[in-house]
Amino acid sequence: MIRLLIILVFMATSAAAVEPDEILSDPALESRARDISANLRCVVCQNEPIDTSNSGVARDLRLLVRERLVAGDTDDQVYDYMVARYGDYVLFNPPWKSTTYVLWLAPFVIALLGGFCVIMVFRRSNAGPEGAATLTADEEDIFADVTKRNTDGTAQ
Amino acid sequence: MNRFLIFLPLCVAIVIGLAGWWGLNPDRDPNSVPSALIGQPVPIFDLPAIEGIGGLGLSTQDFADASGPTLVNVFASWCVPCRAEHAVLTRMVREDNLALVGINYKDKPAAAAAWLTELGNPYVRIGSDQTGRAGIEWGISGVPETFVVDADGIIVFRYVGPITSDAALATLRNALAQAEGDNS
Repeated sequence: MIRLLIILVFMATSAAAVEPDEILSDPALESRARDISANLRCVVCQNEPIDTSNSGVARDLRLLVRERLVAGDTDDQVYDYMVARYGDYVLFNPPWKSTTYVLWLAPFVIALLGGFCVIMVFRRSNAGPEGAATLTADEEDIFADVTKRNTDGTAQ
Repeated sequence: MNRFLIFLPLCVAIVIGLAGWWGLNPDRDPNSVPSALIGQPVPIFDLPAIEGIGGLGLSTQDFADASGPTLVNVFASWCVPCRAEHAVLTRMVREDNLALVGINYKDKPAAAAAWLTELGNPYVRIGSDQTGRAGIEWGISGVPETFVVDADGIIVFRYVGPITSDAALATLRNALAQAEGDNS
């Protein structure tokens, strides 16, 4: 019973909001429309793609995507059409340009810094405490003195 | 190396502090969507008038020969905040003598006509956008939304939500004054 529940939970996918009357008769165009819709952010419910959003504007945009595809637009032309009206904000994959360099590069910079720190930590733990290997002449004398006194003590 | 590490907790604290200072700033609205249309000319659209009220429709051409800034308000009779905003806009038109045009978004003409009869019609022109297509051309995400278009037909300001608070009214007046100043 529990196993069945777990299987069902993992089988659950986000429900598509695409309504039957929106679906194009051409399956190739429809699948392109679905791919594009999944990459376009709904401007009302902001962390949802228009493909799964139930809002009115999302539905209008889905219909618009299909209309552009039927009119013969390429995928890029459809994206450009949306960006012209709603900005880069509608793209779930932000483009590579001067305002997004930080966004794209930050993960690598942080990973490099982290890696550098890890390497430093391992180096230090392998090397052991510095200067432990050698003693100064004075320290050798004191050490010899102490050990001598100790051994004398036990001998008595 | 050890000396450098002493400052590490301080650096971490500063970074967390800065993130908090930015993130908890009450003026920052995480839901605000930057508009792609600021600085762009008015999109191409052509809307008929609302049936039954005998006014003028609204199209891109109407912005070409404006003598000053135009306020564009997207509204609908089914939108409750629009009702509150309507009084503020009516007063602004009366007091500031500005040109207000409307886009009636996804509304039934009869409902819109009844709404305007009840509350009054401060708009010089209203385009009836029954499909919502003109709304998409303007890049709106809902109603109400308000734009300021300068005399050259360039969109200079966008406000999402009803203009009912004093703060909203102040930012709108500021944008209008700027649009006016640029052309004089």
